[in-house]
Amino acid sequence: MLKILHQIFRTGIVTEPLPAGVEEDIKVVGQELEEAIRRCFHGSLTIRAVDAGSCNACELELHAMNNPIYNCERFGIHFTASPRFADMLLVTGPATRNMEIALKRTYNAMPPPKLVVAVGDCGCNGGIFGEGYASLGGIGKILRVDAYIKGCPPKPVDLLRGILHVIS
Amino acid sequence: MDSLSNIIITLLGTDAVRDECHYPDTVPSFMVPRERFIEAARGMKKAGARLVAEWATDEGKYNRGFGIYTCYSLDSEYIIINCRIPTDDPTFPSLTKKFVPASRFERQMRSLMGVIPVGHPDPRPWIKHEDWPEDAYPLRKDFDPSRPMPRVTGEYPWIRAEGEGVYEIAVGPVHAGIIEPGHFRFQAVGEDILHLEERLGYVHKGIEKRFESLSWLDGAKLAGRVSGDTTVAHALTYCRALEAMTGCILPERALWIRALMLERERIANHLGDIGAICNDVAFAFLLYQFSILRETILRTNDKLFGHRFIMDRVIPGGVSVDITPEGKEEILRETDWIKKEFERLVIIYDENPSLEDRVRDAGVLSIEDARELGVVGFVARASGIGLDCRVQNPFPPYDRIIPKMTVLNSGDIHARVWVRIEEIRESFRIICEILEGIPEGKISGVFDPPSKGCSGFAVVEGWRGEIVYWLQSEPNGEINRCMVRDPSSVNWLALELAIHGNIVPDFPVCNKSFNQSYSGNDL
Repeated sequence: MLKILHQIFRTGIVTEPLPAGVEEDIKVVGQELEEAIRRCFHGSLTIRAVDAGSCNACELELHAMNNPIYNCERFGIHFTASPRFADMLLVTGPATRNMEIALKRTYNAMPPPKLVVAVGDCGCNGGIFGEGYASLGGIGKILRVDAYIKGCPPKPVDLLRGILHVIS
Repeated sequence: MDSLSNIIITLLGTDAVRDECHYPDTVPSFMVPRERFIEAARGMKKAGARLVAEWATDEGKYNRGFGIYTCYSLDSEYIIINCRIPTDDPTFPSLTKKFVPASRFERQMRSLMGVIPVGHPDPRPWIKHEDWPEDAYPLRKDFDPSRPMPRVTGEYPWIRAEGEGVYEIAVGPVHAGIIEPGHFRFQAVGEDILHLEERLGYVHKGIEKRFESLSWLDGAKLAGRVSGDTTVAHALTYCRALEAMTGCILPERALWIRALMLERERIANHLGDIGAICNDVAFAFLLYQFSILRETILRTNDKLFGHRFIMDRVIPGGVSVDITPEGKEEILRETDWIKKEFERLVIIYDENPSLEDRVRDAGVLSIEDARELGVVGFVARASGIGLDCRVQNPFPPYDRIIPKMTVLNSGDIHARVWVRIEEIRESFRIICEILEGIPEGKISGVFDPPSKGCSGFAVVEGWRGEIVYWLQSEPNGEINRCMVRDPSSVNWLALELAIHGNIVPDFPVCNKSFNQSYSGNDL
């Protein structure tokens, strides 16, 4: 136990004041994001993530948004297991035929406003997987998409920026 | 060496014809008559070889029906044995009763290529779901991939348990967390799991078919997206198979940089997964600690190689990004820091009794089961099987910087974690030695597309384990077939066995300790 406490004490708070790299730009994004979430969603934006055929790289970056450095929860962003509480559906992958029904069911289980964000180049247009017998060629082929976040995969900062874009 | 070839030649004599257009020549490829295909398999089984992969090709463009291919391995040796079957009688003898992994390989071949494994005990489709038209065989050349397929009604008969108090839990494809989709069907009594059945294929994107419409160069990009967490290793295996076909000579420096990228990918994934395993037993502290270390590595990757996961940096003929002297210094500095932090966390992991309670003796994959299933990678090494392509089939610099293999026998969650802890330590050492000894020179050689009508094979040890690619060129020189075998294709089945005797609430952590790829399996 002492070792754990010691490590916690040593580590301190690693959350960057606001995501590094593009400091100024992101400072604005983070503040605006928090403000928009407070205004439109009473301070908490609840997201349900669904993989509709991703290669799993986008999932890794969604996870990174939750790590102590990006710590997306401080902006009021929170991932939920149940679509029943979700304000937003974040969908990755080119929309596979085998996931089409599950994705639609998840969407139908959500309450309004049912925001849909397609994540990654393949979520936008199928990316390198294209359109074929198994890949429908983008989330837009199944659902009405409110915003697209490009990148292969998009970095955590791009994800934050994309979410801001759709709610503001 | 060559013991497997000798077995085949002794057994089948002149009936075994060696394919001279298969590369590299250290991996021989033999064609045998269909009637003697099973005999060859029997010979391999008797020799103690494992079935690495089994796949089908449509060789219509060569006017010779379908090809049924098997790859076996014993120690450091690999051999490919194939037979040809006519289009009007696309049947071949099933190997499932000899080699367990053949079960899913053959279901997949039947589903996607429409070749019939005679004697296979399980006729259900695999990867293909029951709402596909029965006669849609996407890997056949006469299948038009741009044509949308209608949905048909169909049933998937699950394996069911019956009896007093037995009930069923269906989970997925959409799971609670941010993870890939798959379906798990449990038969349980109280909390005890009687049986688990996996049903995958949800992220099937038609990758193998897609390869056939891409150029050889673009193929490397697609390979890098078979499983995003293993982008370096997949692109590397594809490139090595391709380079074997072309006889392309790579500058030494390119090989060393590839190894550097491969080890950084291994460390990043191992760090993330160890944290996630701890989180699955409610020890979130280590998840956050390990994810700080992981994030540090990804950021340095981004800075030095231009991508957090180093995607698209391994290209046919070499690599697309060099490492500068400053970059070298930066990695060494970072490694030094992470190593110290990591060791502190390992002590916390090792000394925490509440963690120990959950990870020891849970999710045990016995040595016998592991051998029977032909598992690979850290899953194999945690269950007493010493397999590591970096040791058994090294490419430079692994012929000089030899990884120390850690093999444990307990086969439980802890063993899988501990093997990975030891591998992180080894990878740090390998990275430092690479950076000290890396030769000067160019980072890519001249790449010419392969000649017509040949095939190439490669294996690389990704962080999950042995990745296999087999490429075949068309009569006009383009890609005729690209067979991808992610470690997940064999390791997924092991989870079904390892879960026996465990309780339902332990499933997430058991699953995480295997952490197989859905995308790499479903393709």
